[in-house]
Amino acid sequence: MKQSPRSLRSLPPRGHVSTFGRPGGTDMARMARKDIGEIRGIIARAKRLDVIFGVAGLLALGLGLLTFATLFVDMALDGYSRLTPDFFTEFPSRRAERAGILSAWVGTTLVMLVTACVAVPLGVAAGIYLEEYAPRNWVTDIIEINIANLAGVPSIIYGLLALGLFVYEFSLGQSILTAGLTLALLILPVVIVATREAIRSIPSHIREGAYALGATKWQVVQHHILPYSMGGIMTGVIIGMARAIGETAPIITIGALTFIAFLPASPVTGTFPFLSFEWLQSPFTVMPIQIFNWTSRPDPNFHANAAAAGFVLVLMTLTMNGLAIWLRYRIRRNIKW
Amino acid sequence: MAEPKPDLDTLPLKAQASALDFYYGDFQALKKIDMPIYEKRVTALIGPSGCGKSTFLRCFNRMHDLYPGNRYVGEISLHPDNVNLLDKSVDPIEVRMRLSMVFQKPNPFPKTIFENVAYGLRVRGVNRRAILEEKVEEALRAAALWNEVKDRLQDMAFNLSGGQQQRLCIARALATEPEILLFDEPTSALDPIATASIEELITELKQRVTILIVTHNMQQAARVSDFTAYMYIGELVEFGWTDDIFIKPKNPQTEAYITGRFG
Ligand SMILES: Nc1ncnc2c1ncn2[C@@H]1O[C@H](COP(=O)(O)OP(=O)(O)OP(=O)(O)O)[C@@H](O)[C@H]1O
Ligand SMILES: [Mg+2]
Repeated sequence: MKQSPRSLRSLPPRGHVSTFGRPGGTDMARMARKDIGEIRGIIARAKRLDVIFGVAGLLALGLGLLTFATLFVDMALDGYSRLTPDFFTEFPSRRAERAGILSAWVGTTLVMLVTACVAVPLGVAAGIYLEEYAPRNWVTDIIEINIANLAGVPSIIYGLLALGLFVYEFSLGQSILTAGLTLALLILPVVIVATREAIRSIPSHIREGAYALGATKWQVVQHHILPYSMGGIMTGVIIGMARAIGETAPIITIGALTFIAFLPASPVTGTFPFLSFEWLQSPFTVMPIQIFNWTSRPDPNFHANAAAAGFVLVLMTLTMNGLAIWLRYRIRRNIKW
Repeated sequence: MAEPKPDLDTLPLKAQASALDFYYGDFQALKKIDMPIYEKRVTALIGPSGCGKSTFLRCFNRMHDLYPGNRYVGEISLHPDNVNLLDKSVDPIEVRMRLSMVFQKPNPFPKTIFENVAYGLRVRGVNRRAILEEKVEEALRAAALWNEVKDRLQDMAFNLSGGQQQRLCIARALATEPEILLFDEPTSALDPIATASIEELITELKQRVTILIVTHNMQQAARVSDFTAYMYIGELVEFGWTDDIFIKPKNPQTEAYITGRFG
């Protein structure tokens, strides 16, 4: 393909002679050829930037992944010896080799349950209201700005708020309920924002199609908005939960215990009505607090416990994120416009 | 349309726009529109882009109520009960239950073919399977889609071709037995074959329903409509029998637009 510009100029291409047969035609052909050379030069230069950015991006990504992988593997190696079935079924203990995370993972699971049960309905309802019902005025604008800001408030502030409100004002105690409500507040903005974004991605012609058939606002929400935005909402909820599961500061602030050698009352009972909510008032501990507790001990055997518990916590988070991706895939597969 | 044209005064009216103004906020998009819509006839709205055809059409089913800042002045009366569709006391949902709309871009819901057609009925509280099945079949037949989809009613609607999707939307609009069908450029996203089948359908549908159609295609207006309205910058310039508008328009502006000499 390599031809010098000179040979191009002196030899008009055979196939083109007839096309450019009129006076000045060869001139045009020559110009075209010269331009092509120039255009290729421009493309080559632009593509060099492409390659440079590609490599830089890959490096950035690699650095991030490598750091995470190193931490994860390091933690897994440190904690490997402690990852036995007993580790999940034992309470914490003064003896490192007998200590387990039973109370911690049960506590985390129950707190997350409360968080989800509170944050999802509230957040989704608020998101739907703001997108579909709220009048466009300055009050709505202020609410919207504040929700965006709330997502950036440090988590310990939520802890302080919860201590004053839930623990002292409402006397809910240092319980699973308090912790669940606190974390629900914390992730509420994330759920609201995710809901709104999912709703906004529904094209207006679909919405108009439903209204044009005589649907009311609630019918449109129930039959269209909610089902079509469910994938996005779920993703937001799980991302929020993945953040909440690792939160330590607000939980410590409301006074979670660091040493718990019993389980909350079972939610399912043998007698009518077979459901009990006593567990909501139970003291508790959660995974991050258990980890924090173990790392602050001088005995290195406890550090292995902390590493093992950290490994479990990361796995819990990754599982939740995996679930989010799978759910989104499942739901989006049936939605197209 | 070679048969002699009846006198306009003797034709039954389905709707009448009177002194209709429409505002998007401060911007006046429609100015003093007076226009009759005759029963079981096809009325075509033509005019250059941005002249207010869609705006006018969307007044009929109060679509503008969905967005803040929109304002109607004047009236559109719907016959035979002579109710002003635009009156504040009239619920837009009631209006939308009487009139159906087919949009420019096919907009099936991401649901099954069956549920798409049944949706208008479900909104009206019909949930009996037998009734739904009967009405869905009837609407799909009327929209000339039944034979193509009768074995795949539970398939997702977005798997249909563009032309089939548009006919599905027509079936969806027909299932609720509307008094007027509003079409906003229903064929602009379709190929010539799909367009021809929709045009044929419109000609058939006027046996049972009044039709108002916006189109950019002069031949289409000439082919399918009985009446044509030419609009320009928010005003109705000329309204009349389609033959008259296309053969001997009264207004030189209309003539310029129709013959393509529009500047
Ligand atoms: N939501 C809106 N807000 C403000 N102005 C609008 C809005 N929608 C339309 N308009 C304006 O109203 C006028 C009429 O628009 P309309 O969509 O009715 O035109 P149209 O005749 O349907 O054009 P087209 O043939 O391109 O579809 C245009 O000037 C347009 O810019
Ligand atoms: Mg339009």
